[in-house]
Amino acid sequence: MAYSDKLLDHYENPRNMGSMDKNADDVGTGLVGAPACGDVMKLQLLINDDGIIEDAKFKTFGCGSAIASSSLVTEMVKGKSVEFAEQLENGAIAQELALPPVKIHCSVLAEDAIKAALADYRRKQAAKAAANQA
Amino acid sequence: MTVKLPIYMDNHATTQVDPRVLDAMLPYLQGVFGNAASRNHSFGWAAREAVERGREQVADLLGASPKEIVFTSGATESDNLAILGGARFSQKKGKHIITTAIEHKAVLDSCHQLEKEGFEVTYLPVDDQGRVRIEDFQAAIRPDTVLASVMLANNEIGVIEPVAEIGAICREHGILFHIDAVQGLGRIPFSVQSVPCDMVSVSAHKMYGPKGVGALYVRRGRPRVRIEPIIHGGGHERGMRSGTLAVHQIVGLGMAAQVAKEELESGGVDRIRAMRDRMWARLQENLPELYLNGSWEQRLPNNLNISFAYVEGEAMMMAIKDVAVSSGSACTSASLEPSYVLRALGVDVELAHTSIRFGLGRFTTDAEVDYVIDLVTDKVRWLRDMSPLWEMVQEGIDIKSIEWAAH
Ligand SMILES: Cc1ncc(COP(=O)(O)O)c(C=O)c1O
Repeated sequence: MAYSDKLLDHYENPRNMGSMDKNADDVGTGLVGAPACGDVMKLQLLINDDGIIEDAKFKTFGCGSAIASSSLVTEMVKGKSVEFAEQLENGAIAQELALPPVKIHCSVLAEDAIKAALADYRRKQAAKAAANQA
Repeated sequence: MTVKLPIYMDNHATTQVDPRVLDAMLPYLQGVFGNAASRNHSFGWAAREAVERGREQVADLLGASPKEIVFTSGATESDNLAILGGARFSQKKGKHIITTAIEHKAVLDSCHQLEKEGFEVTYLPVDDQGRVRIEDFQAAIRPDTVLASVMLANNEIGVIEPVAEIGAICREHGILFHIDAVQGLGRIPFSVQSVPCDMVSVSAHKMYGPKGVGALYVRRGRPRVRIEPIIHGGGHERGMRSGTLAVHQIVGLGMAAQVAKEELESGGVDRIRAMRDRMWARLQENLPELYLNGSWEQRLPNNLNISFAYVEGEAMMMAIKDVAVSSGSACTSASLEPSYVLRALGVDVELAHTSIRFGLGRFTTDAEVDYVIDLVTDKVRWLRDMSPLWEMVQEGIDIKSIEWAAH
C-alpha cells in the first residue's frame, strides 16, 4: 500500500508514545479495539482543573495506520480543551494522514479512544466529587 | 559485511529466475521462434526439439516419463485441469471429492466450482501441526468418492503433508489422487515412483523459472488416467490442453526443473536449511514469546512462519520494509479475517494477526540472514514497547480475561 509521508513519519517517529499512571484522578484512560480484530489502542489524557489537556500518551497494537492515527491524535489534543477533544472527528485524522479507504477504521478507533479516555476521566472526577461530599 | 537492500525473503510467493534458466531461454526469444506444431519445416522442428527436452527435464524431476507431462500456463491451470478435468471425466462413477482446508485457492475454488455442478466436497481439517490426519482421510472416503487432492507442502506454513500414505489409500480404493506439489518441488525429494499418485501440479516460478508456465503430470500406467480438457482448441498436448506451446517458457521450466534437481542432490538446499535453522534459533534467543506456526519436523527447509505475539503483522512488515516477507494478518476493513490456513491449524485469531512468513531461497546469503535477525529483533522490541497488550502482559494482566468490544 502507498502511504502518505505524514503517515510514515508518525509511524516511524511516533509522538507521545508511552504510559501514565492509570490510577491517577486526573488521568483518563481509553482502551479500545480488540486483539482478535488486529488493533487495540490505549490513549491517556492528563487533564488539569481548567479542563485543559496537559499531556497525552498512547500505546497501540495495530497496523501502521493505527499507530500513526494514535500518534497524530495525541498531538491534536495536547494543550487543547476537553471540549475541543470531544468535538474531534475521525474525518480530520483520516484526512490529515491521507488514510486509504481500507484504513479509515483506524481513525474511527482513534476517535473512540479519545471518547473513552474522556469518559474515564469524567467517571473518576464524579467519583472523587462524591467521595468529597461524603 | 554489508548487504544490498531490499532483501527478498518471500520465496513462497515467487522466486527469481536463475541465470542458468535465463541463458537457456534467451535463444528461444531471439531467433528460434517456430511453432512446435509445425511439422513441415526446420523452424518447427527446432521448437519441437526444445519442447521435448523441456518435457524430459520436468519428467526427470518427478521421476515420471516424458509422455506423462502436460504443459500449462501455471499451477493454477494445472490444479483446475486436474480437479475439474479429473472429476468431470469420472462423474459417472460418483460425485464426491476429498480435499483439505489448507489447499491453495486454485484447488479450493476449483472444488467450489464442482459443488455448483452437483459434486459434494469434503474439506478435511488439519491438526495443530498443520497436517492431515490419515484417520480423517480414511473416514471421509465414500463409495462415490472419485477424486482426492492434497498438497505436498503448504505455501504459508511450509508444512509437508503425508501424501505417500494418502496416495496408497487412494490407490487401494480406486480414487484418483492429485497432488499440488508446487511448493515442495526442488525443496524436498519427491518422486511419483515412491508416492502413489495420478496427477501432480508443477509451477515454474516457484522453482526459479519464469512466471506463466507450469505442468501437470498425468499418469499413463494401468489403469490410465483420463481427464476432460478445460481448454479446447487444436488438440495439443494429446488433447488435454490446446494452445500453441510457449516454447521459451517451456525451455525455462525445463531448465528450472533440471537445476532444482541438481541443487537438491548437491546440497544447495542443505545450505538454505542451515540458514533457516540459524535464523529461528537466534530469534528465539533474542526474543520471548515467539510461536512457530506449523510443524517444525515436517516442514520445508526454507520456511519460517512465526507469530510475534503482541506485534501486529502489518506494522511489523512496515517496520522491516527493506525486507520482503508476507503476513497472515489482513488488517483492512474489507477483510478482518486473518489467514484461513492459520485458522485451520487452530492458531488464535490474536496470534494469527501477528504472523510473518519468511521464505528463504537459493539467492539468500548468510549476511542477509544476519541482517534480518538483527532488524527483526530490534523492531519487535520497538513495537512491543509500543503495544498496550505487551504492557498488560508485563503487568500480569490476562488479556483473555478482558471483555473486548468487537468492532
Ligand atoms: C501451493 C500452490 N499452488 C498453486 C499455486 C499457483 O501457481 P501459479 O502461480 O503458477 O498459477 C501456488 C502459487 O501461488 C501455490 O503456492
